[in-house]
Amino acid sequence: MMTYLRLYWEFFKTGLFAVGGGMATLPFLKDIGQATGWYTDTDLMNMLAVSESTPGPIGINMATYVGFTVGGIPGAIIATVGEVTPSIIVILLVAAILEKFRDSKLVGSAFYGLRPASTGLIGAACVTVVLQVLGQISVQAADSGLLNAFAPASNAGRPFWPGFALAAVLLVLTNWVKPTKKLHPIVFIAFSAVVGIALGAMGLL
Amino acid sequence: MDKKKVSLWTLFWTFAKVGVMTFGGGYAMLPILQREVVEARGWTTEEQLMDYYAIGQCTPGVIAVNTATFIGQSKRGILGGIVATLGVVFPSLVIISILAGLISNFSHLVWVKNAFAGIQVCVCVLIFNAVVKLLKKSVIDKPTAVIFGLVLLGGIFLDLSPAWFVILAGAAGILLKNWEVKKK
Repeated sequence: MMTYLRLYWEFFKTGLFAVGGGMATLPFLKDIGQATGWYTDTDLMNMLAVSESTPGPIGINMATYVGFTVGGIPGAIIATVGEVTPSIIVILLVAAILEKFRDSKLVGSAFYGLRPASTGLIGAACVTVVLQVLGQISVQAADSGLLNAFAPASNAGRPFWPGFALAAVLLVLTNWVKPTKKLHPIVFIAFSAVVGIALGAMGLL
Repeated sequence: MDKKKVSLWTLFWTFAKVGVMTFGGGYAMLPILQREVVEARGWTTEEQLMDYYAIGQCTPGVIAVNTATFIGQSKRGILGGIVATLGVVFPSLVIISILAGLISNFSHLVWVKNAFAGIQVCVCVLIFNAVVKLLKKSVIDKPTAVIFGLVLLGGIFLDLSPAWFVILAGAAGILLKNWEVKKK
């Protein structure tokens, strides 16, 4: 029962403070995992991959997945409802004062500061995740990997060299190669899964 | 706007459809909303939808949910807002719960682990790309660049809830803009 209450509260906070869409919830979910030990950063990465590859908004998919991991189907429902509660409250309030909200200087200037901060938070999550996946370096000690069902079969502390190569290829394909850069993320996720399996078969993992 | 009453069931069902067809986050949702809500149902005009969507982006929470709540409440009040939101999250709940159950049953297999090792690299790249895209929209001058840099470093090195950064940055935005006005 306490777990469910905590789950609701943590996702309520995420829904209230994550500004700018699904990816903005990532730093909050990382924080929850580290504070509660419910899942590791690696688990979270896998959940993000699945959330990007399935129908539905990413933010909601992640909330559902994290909730399910923590408390099965009731957990999935509670986490999702927790995340959307602040949205519903805020939007209903805004709808009542729509004209004023749209033209408000105060709202505009708050968001002038909020947007780069939200980007900074996602950037920080990106840095720690890259260190972990490619450098096998854990930034926070809380990430001891107890629940880590998916950890690559290898080697803490050793750089993941084939990973660097894959990351470089993906960066080029998603940003600079015209025919591939517009493709849906699911294509790149599937491609990377195949590469991972192949690397494993070659004994490179 | 059309005052004919939309049934709650229709609201739920329409937004469940929008949820299923949204693949990859709020930004992917707009063309689907245009088709379902503006063209097929005539619930809002194109301009209203753009307004709702813009506000959905700059209020807290998931953009898809914010937009759904907005349209739902414009048709059927508070209850409509809640029902539309439940509709948009319903497919995620079903699909992810099934998948999560399946994946945890297979996660001990070596090839599944290896596949996820590859996928994790891809997720790194996807997050990085998202940050680059957001940078272009959010870092527009020197003060916003400083806020971005400080939050980036703070997020990496400080053991602080992200909520604090959001609150402080919002306050900083208000102060900076006020100061700008006074200077003129």
